[in-house]
Amino acid sequence: MDFTLTDEQKLVAQTARDFATRVLAPKAAARDRSGEFPEAELHALGDLGLLGVNVPEALGGAEAGVIAYSLAMQEIARVDASVSVAMAVTNMVGEVVTRFGSDEQKRTHVPRLTSGEYVAGAFALSEPQAGSDPAAMLTTARRDPERSDGYVIDGAKQWITSGDRAGLIVVWAKTDPKAGGKGISAFLVRRGTPGMTTGRHEEKMGLRGSTTVPLVFDGCRVGADALLGKEGEGLKIALAALDGGRIGIASQALGVGTAALEAAMAYAKQRVQFGRPLAANQAIQFRLADVATELSAARLLALRAAWRKERGEPFTREASMAKLYASEAAGRACDAAVQIHGGYGYTREFPVERFMRDARVQRIYEGTSEVQRIVIARDLLGAAQQRDAQAGR
Amino acid sequence: MKILVSLKRIPDPEQKTRFKGNAIDFSGTNWVPNQFDEYAVETALRLTENASAGNARDGEVVVTTIGTADAGKVLSSALAMGADRAIHVDGADENLDADIVAQVMKKLVEAEKPDLVLMGKLAADSEGNQAGQLLAGYLNWPQATFAAGIEVVDGGKALLVHREVDSGVETKKVPLPAVVTVDLRIVAPQAVKNGKTAATHAYAEGPRYASLKGIMAAKKKPTAKKTFAELGVTPALRVKTVAVEAPPARKAGIKVGSVEELVAKLHNEAKVL
Repeated sequence: MDFTLTDEQKLVAQTARDFATRVLAPKAAARDRSGEFPEAELHALGDLGLLGVNVPEALGGAEAGVIAYSLAMQEIARVDASVSVAMAVTNMVGEVVTRFGSDEQKRTHVPRLTSGEYVAGAFALSEPQAGSDPAAMLTTARRDPERSDGYVIDGAKQWITSGDRAGLIVVWAKTDPKAGGKGISAFLVRRGTPGMTTGRHEEKMGLRGSTTVPLVFDGCRVGADALLGKEGEGLKIALAALDGGRIGIASQALGVGTAALEAAMAYAKQRVQFGRPLAANQAIQFRLADVATELSAARLLALRAAWRKERGEPFTREASMAKLYASEAAGRACDAAVQIHGGYGYTREFPVERFMRDARVQRIYEGTSEVQRIVIARDLLGAAQQRDAQAGR
Repeated sequence: MKILVSLKRIPDPEQKTRFKGNAIDFSGTNWVPNQFDEYAVETALRLTENASAGNARDGEVVVTTIGTADAGKVLSSALAMGADRAIHVDGADENLDADIVAQVMKKLVEAEKPDLVLMGKLAADSEGNQAGQLLAGYLNWPQATFAAGIEVVDGGKALLVHREVDSGVETKKVPLPAVVTVDLRIVAPQAVKNGKTAATHAYAEGPRYASLKGIMAAKKKPTAKKTFAELGVTPALRVKTVAVEAPPARKAGIKVGSVEELVAKLHNEAKVL
């Protein structure tokens, strides 16, 4: 057992921290108010290698590993969660194309994702009627009747992060509607493909510097080369991507929670009531101690999941545990931070109200807390049980 | 152009200094590169690349430090920024002063034969501001200190160094090889002109970030290890530490009731009026 980060991991975290402090911090609050999309910031992330942290060097990635990715995500989210969510999805799309794509798909798309040429990647799985239950999706992809190969996609997708900006969108659709979850396939759809349109931007509580849109597919034609993996492998691909994505969201939650804790500590030391700083009161100290303890536990969970993924070991359960616990801990951290700030915490004068709004969705997206519990329980009680007993896990 | 750059790690200036007995307590210290040395690395990189052609390298930057194995990590971040290779000279801070640093640097210069030595104008912990000047003296090379702007002239045979002085900007022409120490403004967007990068090119302010690719590539870059004995330097401290004392705690201030009272106190007690 060794909790030491490598020099490279420390340097990656340092680069992300320096960039977040120098470039993102000055405008984070302004982006939250205006809803301006961080296009220039995403290009800069691409230049630094932060859009393909765990993607092979040959495909334009940094090949720095999953732990480095988690650390970088924590640092970016600590300053601007909106930027971090676009970064998370782009990394996830880069990884999923790397893992499941053909050589040509990899060569065509991955370097454009990692460099920032595509601005961002998007992940179009959810639908209005199919959120936690993706197998209930209604979007279809049928063989193109007008040419020998290719597909026609029809349907609607919901809650698509960066869906209006992303150069590449992974779209899930049923190629065999009768086959349920086994009839789902994944497609790589370029921005601007005719037949795909963007709906009205969601007015979200938080993450206001990121865009979230519905996508409508009406006779959207794609070539056979758009199919990712094989027909019917879509759900498997989605679940694999989401496992990794959950490490990203756990890390993001940690970043926001850490920012809330730091803000609360700074305020508690400086705010004087009853003739002494808030931090001199044990009630405040205990709350800060609890938040710090929970965030430390969340960090260990997230890094363990990242470590297992990096070593090529199963990590589904660990990623779900990390995502569940970190997002809930971040919510409690933000709540404590607002409470410690008193009335000021409820205003836009202080960043903790933004942290609280940004943190709320972390218990919802990339699988709700309830879905995480399902995943954990399924893994716990299922076939994995015997193997775990042997491995002492 | 081949450039040798020296780096020193220093305690994070943002961190509060702790004292233990008659010494500074470094046990909880977060070590960071001296900022002026980072500026020197940035300057060296700007001088040896064509930023108008995708930062194509055009020259060599060798970074060096003197310190423990842990202090040598300062070299990793310089390599990650883009320096080509590193030389780590084994030594401990308590056995170093500016004169020993200059002597070690002299030996490295004789071995490496760079066209230019770039150093920070001072280290922000000891604020000595001597090593560069001493090195130029030992080498008998021209020097320019506190550079705020550098232009390569005469087909790479000389530098125009702009120095900010009280009355304005002083410009010196320095034939190479030379020793140049850099000041804060050397990392302004257009402070360095190497004759290859378009003169209109504007860099981002400040030293560049280590990109993730740079960090991963740094692992494969060579770091040579040297000892004082191998370099033929016999360290003999010229600076002796006599005492280390924490500054006295600041006394509480007072509130005055009127301007008259303030003036009276400034005149009678503080005796500044």
